[in-house]
Amino acid sequence: MSLLFALAAAPLGFMLASLILGRRAPHLIWIAAPVMLALAVLVALGASAGATGGPLGGWDAPLGIVLEADGLAAALILASAVTAAITGLFALARFGPAGRETTRRYTFWPLFYGLWAALNAVFISRDLFNLYVALELLSLCAVALAAFGSRKAAMHYLMVALAGSLAYLLGVVLIFASVGTLDIGLIAQRAGDARTPVLIGAALMSAGLLAKTALFPLHGWLPPAHGAAPPVVSALLSALVVKASFFILLRIWFEALPALAGPDMAQAFGVLGAGAVLYGSVLALRQQGLKALIAYSTVAQLGYLFFVFPLAGAGGAVTPWAAGAWGAMGFQLSAHMLAKAGLFLAAGIIIHALGSGTIRDMAGAGRALPVTVLAFGLCAISLMGLPPSGGFMAKYLMLIAALESGAWPYAAVIIAGGLLAAAYLFRPIARFMSGTDTPALQARVHWALPLAPLALGLCALTLGVLSAGPYELMVTGLPQAGEAGLDEVEPGP
Amino acid sequence: MSLAFDLALCILILGAAALAVFGRDLFGSIVFFIVYGVLIALAWITLGAVDVSLAEAAIGAGVTGVLLIGAWQGIRDGGGGEPEAPTPWPLHLAAGGAAAALCGVISFAVLSLPGHDGLAGEVPENQGALELGNPVTGVLLGFRAYDTLLETLVLTAALAAVWSLTPSQFWGGIPGPNHVKPPDGVLASFGRMLPPRGLIVAVYLVWAGADAPGGAFQAGTVLAAVWILIVLAGLRDEPRLSRLPLRALIILGPLVFLGVGLIGMLLGAPLSYPEGQAKPVILVIEYALTLSIAATLALLIAGPARRR
Repeated sequence: MSLLFALAAAPLGFMLASLILGRRAPHLIWIAAPVMLALAVLVALGASAGATGGPLGGWDAPLGIVLEADGLAAALILASAVTAAITGLFALARFGPAGRETTRRYTFWPLFYGLWAALNAVFISRDLFNLYVALELLSLCAVALAAFGSRKAAMHYLMVALAGSLAYLLGVVLIFASVGTLDIGLIAQRAGDARTPVLIGAALMSAGLLAKTALFPLHGWLPPAHGAAPPVVSALLSALVVKASFFILLRIWFEALPALAGPDMAQAFGVLGAGAVLYGSVLALRQQGLKALIAYSTVAQLGYLFFVFPLAGAGGAVTPWAAGAWGAMGFQLSAHMLAKAGLFLAAGIIIHALGSGTIRDMAGAGRALPVTVLAFGLCAISLMGLPPSGGFMAKYLMLIAALESGAWPYAAVIIAGGLLAAAYLFRPIARFMSGTDTPALQARVHWALPLAPLALGLCALTLGVLSAGPYELMVTGLPQAGEAGLDEVEPGP
Repeated sequence: MSLAFDLALCILILGAAALAVFGRDLFGSIVFFIVYGVLIALAWITLGAVDVSLAEAAIGAGVTGVLLIGAWQGIRDGGGGEPEAPTPWPLHLAAGGAAAALCGVISFAVLSLPGHDGLAGEVPENQGALELGNPVTGVLLGFRAYDTLLETLVLTAALAAVWSLTPSQFWGGIPGPNHVKPPDGVLASFGRMLPPRGLIVAVYLVWAGADAPGGAFQAGTVLAAVWILIVLAGLRDEPRLSRLPLRALIILGPLVFLGVGLIGMLLGAPLSYPEGQAKPVILVIEYALTLSIAATLALLIAGPARRR
């Protein structure tokens, strides 16, 4: 319990500290990174024995707020802590200590820690309104960071994020008015009493969250915002921020309202996900800019996550593949966090060193920046779903679940998506390796910088090599609905 | 309140909303939006929700109104003015249709609500443990203190977000335009007369918040209004944003709140208050929050630094 509160409170403390430390604030990451990693490891160890948590301030639900970390939450807390810690250390290069305080060197850090705190708060919350507050903090920090790149794209992002928040809040109000509680566990018990308003509320919440997750066809805001931001920011936005709203969708449909989630709804999510995989991949293939390509790849990779709804959800009987599909989604979430952050950081180094963001101008980058390109390749392996990597585990488990459940269209989309990912990622890699000249570097690259994407890529691979432990953790405390299939927990009248 | 009053209020609210939406003049729309906020605050009072009413008047009408006027001024100074290309009518029609459909769905949902009374029974039963008479304060600083903690940090993060838009040559400088001190205008006498009264009202609002409507957010807004008034009257300029005391003031409230939560955590129950000492601890948090909220709101309205 105390540990979970510390997960949200510690980054908030770092946020306040960075506001007062000013010029010296960047040094905080040397304390924050180990502290947050240690907390995440402790939570994961605790959660592997079963969900941990409790009510805050001694006030149990429905009056108070309950925090809890189940296996999936603990796994995501750990994966996001690794991603954020490494990205934060990488950020020292651009927003690090300098002689004099500047706008970005000062404001990056509070927004970074605020984002981290909000992310953890989303993962551990069991309360719909508390999730809204956490989501607001997350969106605010994310939009402000996105404005480091393009103000116009950030403005568009802000509008979508605000509309999404309002829709979510409206849904929360309707559900609270219907069942008199905001606690996810209690809602599950009471939702049967007022199906119509609860369902309308949940639909509003889902619409808002889908826009925030940038699921096809609501993805329009993502590529400009993620593609134009500085690499550190792109990594945070693409790897971490969009996962939070998806996670809340899981909480709503698998834990709060499993009885109301029909097979049609699950299929609708799945179809949109398939659309995202295909459309995002094809557009990624057509991009000229390296970062735009990686941003469109995020649109595609997010699509896979939504396959969990039909695969772990709408089975007619107790399905042996539901846990597999759930684990696949967990691997996809964590592997994409690590690999996508790594790709953006590596791309940032390459673009900075070569002085151009166009893939065509990057011939021979492999000779000039061998470690960076190696890191890019390692992250790409996970994203394409090649063994041994976390991405492979995700797509393999998902494919098995799709085939076992007879949902062969999803299996086809998973295979096609993997091939397309290979196609769009081999394009820049082939360019890095082409030619015989070593391009002259426009800017010097500190030797330690490529280690950040390299570490992220290695973590993504390790996730696949040592997959048994993470898998066990992700399916620990699996919501009943996820294990049994959504139809199975339909309560009696 | 009588039925006639309620009906008149409803008509006024709808009228103000319609004028705000359909007005051709941007500034007129903003004025009607502020009027609409005040009317909504009145409606909350007739519904017996005084706390919500205070918040609506302060934030919905006051702060939002000032921000909108600031944005209007920004558009005008930027040479923008009215939008150049009129949007095509099918777009208007589609947007209107979508809004109407959404409105219909929500009305349907509201009408099919089972009439749950929420936690109206549980809050009074438990608020004795917090030694508070005001159930709203009980919820905000007791039962759901974690939400309030996160919300105060949302405000702090918003300030960091606004500051992140500072042009690099002005970083650490002074926000807002330079208000020339008018020799003996109405504003100047207001600027001297109202601040002391505002201070007393703010102190009272926090103190009363324990047992009656009021609290840190409302008091903070009053103090922020005092701050803005003093600046507008030209009595004092905005502070330099690089000043350490200013930054300390901004983080004071959240820091105290977070600290109390962490002390509770070390004692085994995060965000809990020591038995028998709940009220003094809550008051300390509220006074600290009031100062920080006032500074943060005033600086949010002042915007990023625009002068060195």
